[in-house]
Amino acid sequence: MRRWVTITLFLLPALVLFVLLVLLPTLMAGYLSFFKWNGLGGLPTNYIGLDNYTRLFESDIFYGDLRTMGVIIVLSLLVQLPFSLAIAMLLHQRIRGRAFYRLVFFAPYVLSEAVTAVLFTMIFAPDESGLANAILGVVGLESEWFADESTVLLTLFVVMSWKYFGFHTLLYLAGRQGIPKELTEAAQIDGSTPWQVFRYVTLPLMGPTIRISAFLSVIGTIQLFDLVWILTGGGPSHSSETLAVTMMQFGFKRAQIGYASAISVVMFLLSLVFALWYQRYVMRRDLEGATVQ
Amino acid sequence: MKSRHLSLQLIAVVVGAFVAVPIIYAVIGGFKDTSQLSTNPFGLPAPWNAGNYADVLGSAGFWRQLGNSIFIALLTTALLVGVSALAAFVLARFTFRGREAIFTLFAVGLMFPFTVAILPLFVMLRTLGLLDSPWGVIFVQAAFGIPVTIIILRGFFRSIPNEIEEAATLDGCTSFAFFWRILLPMARPALATVSVLAVVASWNNFLLPLVVFTDPEWWTIPLGVQQFQGEHGADTSRIMAYLVLAMVPALAFYSLAERHLISGLTAGAMKG
Repeated sequence: MRRWVTITLFLLPALVLFVLLVLLPTLMAGYLSFFKWNGLGGLPTNYIGLDNYTRLFESDIFYGDLRTMGVIIVLSLLVQLPFSLAIAMLLHQRIRGRAFYRLVFFAPYVLSEAVTAVLFTMIFAPDESGLANAILGVVGLESEWFADESTVLLTLFVVMSWKYFGFHTLLYLAGRQGIPKELTEAAQIDGSTPWQVFRYVTLPLMGPTIRISAFLSVIGTIQLFDLVWILTGGGPSHSSETLAVTMMQFGFKRAQIGYASAISVVMFLLSLVFALWYQRYVMRRDLEGATVQ
Repeated sequence: MKSRHLSLQLIAVVVGAFVAVPIIYAVIGGFKDTSQLSTNPFGLPAPWNAGNYADVLGSAGFWRQLGNSIFIALLTTALLVGVSALAAFVLARFTFRGREAIFTLFAVGLMFPFTVAILPLFVMLRTLGLLDSPWGVIFVQAAFGIPVTIIILRGFFRSIPNEIEEAATLDGCTSFAFFWRILLPMARPALATVSVLAVVASWNNFLLPLVVFTDPEWWTIPLGVQQFQGEHGADTSRIMAYLVLAMVPALAFYSLAERHLISGLTAGAMKG
């Protein structure tokens, strides 16, 4: 009996906090999405069925959000992650000042998104006051960056890469260090070129790490908020808007809690479906034989 | 071989510059005045002008935001690590019906993004009278940190051999005494790791304080930075000084806790 008292008392605080402040609000978002509600006065009463979802699926902004998400995901997977991998391979070599570079490359990750965003609004200022235009003006490549629909996503991607590539580099470095020396050495002795060693030994063995880093990158992009909110607010004319930004525009600024909740539910389902699909089909190999800790 | 080494070194320097130049630009920019910034964006300030930094350091707002950020980060971490350590202990060292179900429930929480819960949380906190109260932020941040903290701590608690617990029990230790006097001191590295993760997450949180605090009295640094930019829009050099000073605590903490932060992030990613 005493055992159960201990078990209950120890579990209770975490369980209460978690159920009350994580599970309940998440489920509540689902409930609220069926109402038209401005957030005032007790609980919502104006039940409207799936109207919020119909409205969402008929809205151009929503498809714009998906486009932003798609563009950033593709750029991350094709540019940012390979770049991070290359840097990790570089840092794995015994170059001078390796520890120092690692410290520097990872530093942006520690800065808050808010600080990062404000810093880069100044660097990518649309006039000649920004550093980017001052440097690129020399070769005639001035731009309005965040103020121009055709460059805003690319500029956002540069900022995201600045902030996050160090994190992925770090994961890859940890993964690379987990590969036994004997394997790469054996390949070298057998006469493989450095590229062959990388392509046929290192890269396949880093598969699990790469798959996790890609997973985190995609999930982070689906839920992207802070940077966009401060850098562009989703503009110009919604061209950099993400689901989370749209949700906050409607929920926080215009008090359309029901509609905003529908947006958040769609965002949640996107992450969930992606996560389940990914674990089932992409990470399956990594999890086999590792299911019991 | 030698030239290959040189080119690798060169790449590292270029990437290092990509990372460092924006920050250095802000540090130096803070020493200029705004008209200097547009006439002389690259060069060193002429004359050096510490007025922007002095203004920020002399303003009550900056110090209040710093204090709020520290207060909220410390209490979030204490609450989060406290409740998670208790739960992780039971989930690691006791066998009982429903244990795996409860652990899975916590682990599933990793998939629950903050952004989905934010509007209902806003409504709940308003009902509970926790808007414009630091507790609204502290409790919610702690709750969302529970999954990853429990996963890391449980793993560590499990790795401590049973013999130690048996010996302690033979010596008359109750389970709480074992937890408090033996397990926790042994788990110091794991506790440090999860604490560092919690501090950084709290320090950088933007969305929750944005929604909870309308009263500038409780603003944290991320909110303050954004607000400062809004207020001083055209005064770029002053915003830079503010930014740089806002970065200092985070970078200082990072240089002290680098090892724990990195091991925590890799462990969190691999287990999540």
